[in-house]
Amino acid sequence: MDIRLTVNGRPHTLDVDPRMSLLDLLRERLGLIGSKKGCDHGQCGACTVLVEGRRANSCLALAVAMDGLSVTTVEGLADGEHLHPLQAAFIEHDAFQCGYCTPGQLCSAAGMLGEPGPSAVTENLLDDPELTPHEIRERMSGNLCRCGAYVNIVSAISEVAR
Amino acid sequence: MNRVEGRVKVTGLATYAAEYPVEGVAYAYPVQSLIAKGRVARVDAAAALDLPGVLAVLSVADPPELAEDADAELALFQRREVAYRGQIIAAVVAETYDQARAAADAVRVEYEPADHDVSLRADHPGLYRPEVVNPNFPSDTEQGDLEAGLAQAAAVVDVTYTTPVLHNNAMEPHAALAVWDAEGTLLVYDSTQGATTDRDMIAKTLGLPRGRVRVVARHVGGGFGSKGTTRPHAVLAALAARVTDRPVKVALTRQQMYDVTGYRTPTIQRLRLGADGEGRLTALEHVAYEQSSTLKEFAEQTAVPARVMYATPALRTAHRLVRLDVATPSWMRAPGECPGMYALESAMDELACATGIDPVELRLRNEPETEPGSGLPFSSRDLAGCLREGARRFGWERRDPEPGVRRDGEWLIGTGVAASTYPSKRSPCQAVACVRDGGFLVQVAAADIGTGARTALTRIAAETLGVAPDRVHVELGDSDLPAAPVAGGSMGTASWGSAVVRACEELKKDGREGRADTAEEVGQDSELARHAFGAQFAEVRVSAVTGEIRVSRLLGVFAAGRIVDARLARSQFIGGMTMGLGMALMEETLTDEEFGGFLRRDLAQYHIPACADVPDVEAVWLEEEDERLNPMGSKGIGEIGIVGTAAAIGNAVHHATGHRVRELPITPAKIVMARF
Repeated sequence: MDIRLTVNGRPHTLDVDPRMSLLDLLRERLGLIGSKKGCDHGQCGACTVLVEGRRANSCLALAVAMDGLSVTTVEGLADGEHLHPLQAAFIEHDAFQCGYCTPGQLCSAAGMLGEPGPSAVTENLLDDPELTPHEIRERMSGNLCRCGAYVNIVSAISEVAR
Repeated sequence: MNRVEGRVKVTGLATYAAEYPVEGVAYAYPVQSLIAKGRVARVDAAAALDLPGVLAVLSVADPPELAEDADAELALFQRREVAYRGQIIAAVVAETYDQARAAADAVRVEYEPADHDVSLRADHPGLYRPEVVNPNFPSDTEQGDLEAGLAQAAAVVDVTYTTPVLHNNAMEPHAALAVWDAEGTLLVYDSTQGATTDRDMIAKTLGLPRGRVRVVARHVGGGFGSKGTTRPHAVLAALAARVTDRPVKVALTRQQMYDVTGYRTPTIQRLRLGADGEGRLTALEHVAYEQSSTLKEFAEQTAVPARVMYATPALRTAHRLVRLDVATPSWMRAPGECPGMYALESAMDELACATGIDPVELRLRNEPETEPGSGLPFSSRDLAGCLREGARRFGWERRDPEPGVRRDGEWLIGTGVAASTYPSKRSPCQAVACVRDGGFLVQVAAADIGTGARTALTRIAAETLGVAPDRVHVELGDSDLPAAPVAGGSMGTASWGSAVVRACEELKKDGREGRADTAEEVGQDSELARHAFGAQFAEVRVSAVTGEIRVSRLLGVFAAGRIVDARLARSQFIGGMTMGLGMALMEETLTDEEFGGFLRRDLAQYHIPACADVPDVEAVWLEEEDERLNPMGSKGIGEIGIVGTAAAIGNAVHHATGHRVRELPITPAKIVMARF
């Protein structure tokens, strides 16, 4: 099936297998290996990308459903040579070890910083809450890290959220 | 100094095994056994071969040529006998991943099933004493008169602890991309903890000389032991590529990882401890019951840490193994020490309760002069310092020993402590250092699985050469580089670093190049008890309503020789402790008694800690000089972080609730049920 989508600002027209996930499209067809396959079931978050600016598990999105949409992957976060503030903070805070969950953590954090409204741990439901470590931990719990870098991930995101 | 490869990891450019850009790649997808024991009677590939894009079907119906002495877990499609549910019995190769996966579903397999036995029990009639336990310890030891020691004790603890099947679950699923060249040389991009050893094993399995195989693994998405040995996906990729004359990629699914990439054996551990009125041990017995497969023996060294920890006039340790119709267990972070210290340190807490002695003080009173099991002097041992410093930082002196009395609304609060230990050894390694482009190039076939090996070795080389780290470039992750041992056993930095130091010393003398092989140096290492030690302190909040357990504080204090890089070390320690938190509260693979194999084969059912589970983990270390270990004076730190965490948390749960849960993981159900 033919689809047109924009990835990191670049338009693509592709003929895709209707079974193909957005993640496999990115990795196997477009050579964008930054988005990782950790579970292929939406359970680990390693494949997180931004679709129309909102974070999404690309393993749970069919490529054909992306027709006409705009996708940002970890490769599209930096501005040329200038790292995104989250990327720089992840390096400074040693917020990763093996690096395999890192692209998903970064895209998830980038999407999370712009999300309005309360979370499950927000006390006051009326105002947009302050991004305390408690709030960040809750909002970042869709992205698993087996190396156990959470403490550093939260401190890196906190620095950027300030 | 930041991680050397930090920038490529945060920009998505770091290349893992399945990600190398190779033209004309085909995809292989395994077919797994649906029975746990029996025979494959027939494989019907006709329907699969008719599907679009399918290039080949491999199976026991047409066994590919492999070395006769191939490892039983790697000897793909050689025998019709099935050893466990999930074993790879066939595979489809196709133009695309989706085609291969769909065609694998279309392969029809007929079985002749036999009755299976997949249940570990402490009274299993098949239990036997293995000759040795990993890597080469005697299975049983006995010193002094155990029964007399127990008989004269003022307090005795006789308890059984169990740990479940645990899975490593590195974030990067095991994958390999195999490429044969026209001369018949094989290149495998593999997710491995050791390019040299992986190369050797793949060559041996295929019956090739080592020089005809190359393994490349520049970035590896975690391993925690599961990538420490060659797994069948790599052999499958090589075979499929040979059959189709195409480069072939095999990327296991998360579910398949549970079946064919190893796991930590479940354990049943009986501990008998006796102590006099002052809390001094009069006897210590640790017996571990574990499983292996019918394919080969893997004997986890679970009771071995009891030979290291405490002074006692009577010490007995033993391991009993049973061979079941299961996949072969394998390495998982701190094999032996992790499950063994969970049980021992939980039992020590029970002894503290039984004697009325503070658990920190109890451990201090049982500090040995020399290693209890061997009588060897310690190269260094500062468990006492870790316990004291941890107690000071954690505010331990304010602790009321009474269990089940602190409450904040629905939350019961408690604190616990446990000791950590892990061996500090090294293996022979080669390295080359030379002048290159105005800087220095250091080559060693080490692996960086997330430990920061590139960064640590850069620092070690720069310090030896007396130059700034940015003038040193370390190349690793390629079997064409000087031979190196695996990233495992917490020996990576010690082994590779020794070779890097010697190569850099030679370079300084020569001015252009230095080569090192530490085989002779390591062979002359004096006989000493070499271990790192630590103490972990946990505070938990347990809901009296739901049984939910939250770890509100976790502190580790370690004595691990000289710390090569503070930032990397802290990340390793807290990473291990975080995994230990998972072991304590949530991680468990179930064995399917009915059909064999495992249940909970994904991350929605096998829970690993998520961000919200890990509020506050702190790791610090004591200065420790130990000149006799290696040129850096370092002890391995990749594994000790997970040792003792589960016990510290379990002991805190007891302190909070008054209930002692002796079966990991400590789930809310076990807390709630204990209250009825």
